[in-house]
Amino acid sequence: MLIMRHELLLVTITVILLLVEIFLPHDKKHKIILPAILLMGLVTIAGFIPGPTGILFGGMYGTSSLILLMKNILNIGVFIIFVQSVSWLKLEEQKEKISEFFILLLSTLIGMDYMISSGDFLMFYLGLELATIPLATLAAFERYKEKSAEAGVKLIFTSALSSGILLYGLSMIYGTTGTVYFPEVSAAYTAAPLQILAFIFFFAGMAFKISLVPFHLWAADVYEGAPINVTSYLSVISKGAAAFIFMIILYTVFNKIALMWRDVIYVIAILTMTLGNLFAMRQRNIKRFLAFSSIAQAGFILLGIIGQSQLGMTTVVYFVLIYIFSNLGAFGVAAIISNKTGKESIDDYDGFYRTNPLLSLTMMLALFSLAGIPPVAGFFGKFFLFASAAKQGMYILVFIAVLNTIISLYYYLLVIKAMFLNRSDQPIGYFKSDGYTKFGLAMCVAGIIIIGLASPVYEFILKLSYGLY
Amino acid sequence: MINFGYTVWIVLIPLFLFILIGFFGHKFKPIVSGIIGTSGLFASMAISYFTAYQYFFVLPKVGETFVKVIGFETTWLRFTEKLVIHLGVLLDPISVMMLIVITTVSFMVHLYSIGYMEGEKGYMRFFSFLSLFSFSMLGLVVATNIFQMYIFWELVGVSSYLLIGFYYTKDTAVAASKKAFIVTRFADLGFLIGILLLSFNTGTFDFITLTDPKGAAIAQGSGIMFLGLSTMTWSMIFIFMGGAGKSAMFPLHIWLPDAMEGPTPVSALIHAATMVVAGVYLVARLFPIFHFSAPVALDVVMYVGAFSSIFAAVIACTQFDIKRVLAYSTMSQIGMMMFALGVSGYGEEAGLGFMASMFHLFTHAFFKALLFLGAGAIIHAVHSNYMNEMGGLRKHLPITHITFLIACLAIAGIPPLAGFFSKDEILAASHQKAMWIFILGLIISGLTAFYMFRLYFSIFWGKDQHYHHTPHEAPKVMTIPLMLLSLGAIFAGLLPFSSFVTSDGKPFASHIDMAIAIPAVLVGVIGALTAMVFYRKETNIPEKISGFLGGFYRAAFRKFYIDEIYLFITRKIIFNYVSRPIAWFDRHIVDGSMNGISYVTNEVSGRIKGLQSGQLQTYAWVFVTGAVALALTFIYLWTN
Repeated sequence: MLIMRHELLLVTITVILLLVEIFLPHDKKHKIILPAILLMGLVTIAGFIPGPTGILFGGMYGTSSLILLMKNILNIGVFIIFVQSVSWLKLEEQKEKISEFFILLLSTLIGMDYMISSGDFLMFYLGLELATIPLATLAAFERYKEKSAEAGVKLIFTSALSSGILLYGLSMIYGTTGTVYFPEVSAAYTAAPLQILAFIFFFAGMAFKISLVPFHLWAADVYEGAPINVTSYLSVISKGAAAFIFMIILYTVFNKIALMWRDVIYVIAILTMTLGNLFAMRQRNIKRFLAFSSIAQAGFILLGIIGQSQLGMTTVVYFVLIYIFSNLGAFGVAAIISNKTGKESIDDYDGFYRTNPLLSLTMMLALFSLAGIPPVAGFFGKFFLFASAAKQGMYILVFIAVLNTIISLYYYLLVIKAMFLNRSDQPIGYFKSDGYTKFGLAMCVAGIIIIGLASPVYEFILKLSYGLY
Repeated sequence: MINFGYTVWIVLIPLFLFILIGFFGHKFKPIVSGIIGTSGLFASMAISYFTAYQYFFVLPKVGETFVKVIGFETTWLRFTEKLVIHLGVLLDPISVMMLIVITTVSFMVHLYSIGYMEGEKGYMRFFSFLSLFSFSMLGLVVATNIFQMYIFWELVGVSSYLLIGFYYTKDTAVAASKKAFIVTRFADLGFLIGILLLSFNTGTFDFITLTDPKGAAIAQGSGIMFLGLSTMTWSMIFIFMGGAGKSAMFPLHIWLPDAMEGPTPVSALIHAATMVVAGVYLVARLFPIFHFSAPVALDVVMYVGAFSSIFAAVIACTQFDIKRVLAYSTMSQIGMMMFALGVSGYGEEAGLGFMASMFHLFTHAFFKALLFLGAGAIIHAVHSNYMNEMGGLRKHLPITHITFLIACLAIAGIPPLAGFFSKDEILAASHQKAMWIFILGLIISGLTAFYMFRLYFSIFWGKDQHYHHTPHEAPKVMTIPLMLLSLGAIFAGLLPFSSFVTSDGKPFASHIDMAIAIPAVLVGVIGALTAMVFYRKETNIPEKISGFLGGFYRAAFRKFYIDEIYLFITRKIIFNYVSRPIAWFDRHIVDGSMNGISYVTNEVSGRIKGLQSGQLQTYAWVFVTGAVALALTFIYLWTN
């Protein structure tokens, strides 16, 4: 029981929220916000309480300290998203559906937790679908808006396609090895052509979730159309969870063909970083802009995965943790501006510093962290990722990654330039943020600063890493 | 073993003062920040004296030798297992002596500044910078390793910069602070190169390991040869370059006279008693390496010191700005300390020069700080820096007059004041080495006596000038430090210095050699008497002499055109023939290629944007094609 405590806690609060929702009168739906946030906060904190780890259901489900840490990281991210969404949920259009948002988000989180903890491909696939289908609903949350509806449809169609290919790959794995359990698959795996094909199809399915080139095309449209808080969830939590399980499966199931998947990742990493950056450069819509930037960031995550070592594993977890804070910080500011003024173009940000200095500084810090400028956390995240790849002797890859960092710096600075240097006749007016927003952004800022400077965080992850089961 | 852990507070108290006054000072009345700063420094000084007592008298000696003690140490950065940087407190005779000098002078200057800076804008800022400087200087002298020394070395440079430019609305002060910073920074580049060479060669930053005569660092020899000198020699020459910059040795001295733009207490603390002797301290700290592994570098120290000393002494005789006279005098005295180190050998009697140098550093701190503070009191009274606008001040400023006279006698080497003893040891050490440097030392002594008494008589005697308002004596808070320091200037020489500070830590008995003392005192008296004849009453002898010397006098008056030469080199040669081509290259080739890359990237980015069509069918097509293409490629690659 306790081994599965993360999932059980999440299921519990989901049920509680469902029950509360039923008994709330129509005009009192917003009353659920505070309990939902408090419950999520409690679950997040409870997740850090040390407890047993181990294997359940004959190996279908397993957990270790590292996996628990991954779940905690996702919990923190979801908590911040809960807090950041309040001002959007309170808008007239969402009033009726506030609890749906929380419940759907929690269901996807439960799916991700099961996915990360899975010990066989069946469990993995169930978790994956549980994590994806509610997301399509969330993307279409503002269904009265054409773009949002379109995003939902696109997400469900493309993910159906990717699931199809993924399942095709899994069926071939089952067909050639006769099992779906990770350790047994690993033992029976040879690099037969059919198995390589199976791996590539599996890879494509995961690459879709992490939005790696060339399986990323859905991302821009869905990110742009979906409500901005859902977008931040998609680009941060969903991607982080997929990266975690991707890494786990690569290290435990496909460890025999490591030399091969390293080549695949090598190519895909370069493609993803470069194309993500090239697309991001010319975007004027902040959501699209952040979407492509997050595609490029996914390319950087691959650099850690390719390290295939304790260092690599540590750096990926560390980077995702930092990435959650940085990206949520940037999305948080963009969300407030969008909710308050409806403006989503970077050109509208001209002169933003003059009217809203604190928000501008938060945005600047988050973008600096995404770009990897010392001394904020993002620098250390990238630094260790590069170190992980360099340890494998992949200097050319690291060199290309560094070049891409420079390109990304260019477009991140464009936003900062708009806010701080450009002048505008009609800048976005001053507005006051509510307590929830401030709290959410303060958490991001604290994360960005503290995780970078406090070396114990990194040392802690390093200690846990490679203790997968 | 005594626990010296408390010594870390000597350094930390000024840091807390800096934070307290710097960040919260504006909450109190200005005078409060002065009082806080002064009492904090008093505490630091008290701990230093206690440390000295414990170190010299309580701590047992090992084999008659003072041992080096690590009072406190912490790891600051751990890059790799081998490359670790510590911060800590190292206690040995010279660092303990420096603690006493710095805290004492700093305390006096703090006290004095309460009166001197009264009513100034930025009173609080002044005290916070003063504390920052004290912190940096103390951190420098107690450094356990050369990297820590470098960190504090730079901090000292920064606080010096801040204090020289204290009157930041005055153009000359701003220019002077920039000049000081750039010149010393340039010298510190040499220091850094030297540190890297040295630590690369020896594999350690640690002073105790580095300077152990029987240790590996010295025993393993001098490294490979480069341009006829060993790497050790090169590294020590580079390190000395840093020291020469801070200690204003020729040709890196040009910042010191200009630094007099800072408030006078700052000149007394930083540019007379403490920071400028950091170079001497640096050489003394690394002395065993100089002596055993890099004797050529030690010769460089000697020649540079000797030349700077006579060079500055000549210039000092021609200047009219009293602070500049004192600045050149400082340079000249530091030159003496340097060449005393240069002539020194290692171990007991042979290390006489080392002992003499440290001794002179010690006594010089007292009388030079006294001279500067006295000059401050005079400037405070007459609102001018120029001695030809002064005269007859002895009636108006009795206390300043007496203390100034004491300081002049001390620096001129008249027994039994402090300067006599230390200078005598320097001359004795040079006599052991070579005759010419002994003669040079005598000439410098004579010149010193001459320009100091020229200063003294021009200010306090001579014609009574017409002042805007009658000059009046400074307040008590300023005269008390003067009196206390004059006690130091009188009695500091009576300390049996060689029983405490020696090159190898082993005390020996030094004595006064009459054959050296008599000519030394004689030239001092002659110098002083000449000055009396020239300047006590208004005469035309000085004009006649300067007319007789003609070109040489004009050259000395214009400081031998060193500033002009620097300007010529930087403006005409470096700017035109080095900077301009580099700037062109940077603008056209470097920027050009970067612009080209960004243009291409931008173009590509613009073109491929169209690929994102928004059509689901396209996406699905790309997805499946991508997967299949990947699969085919890798099946092909991996089955062959």
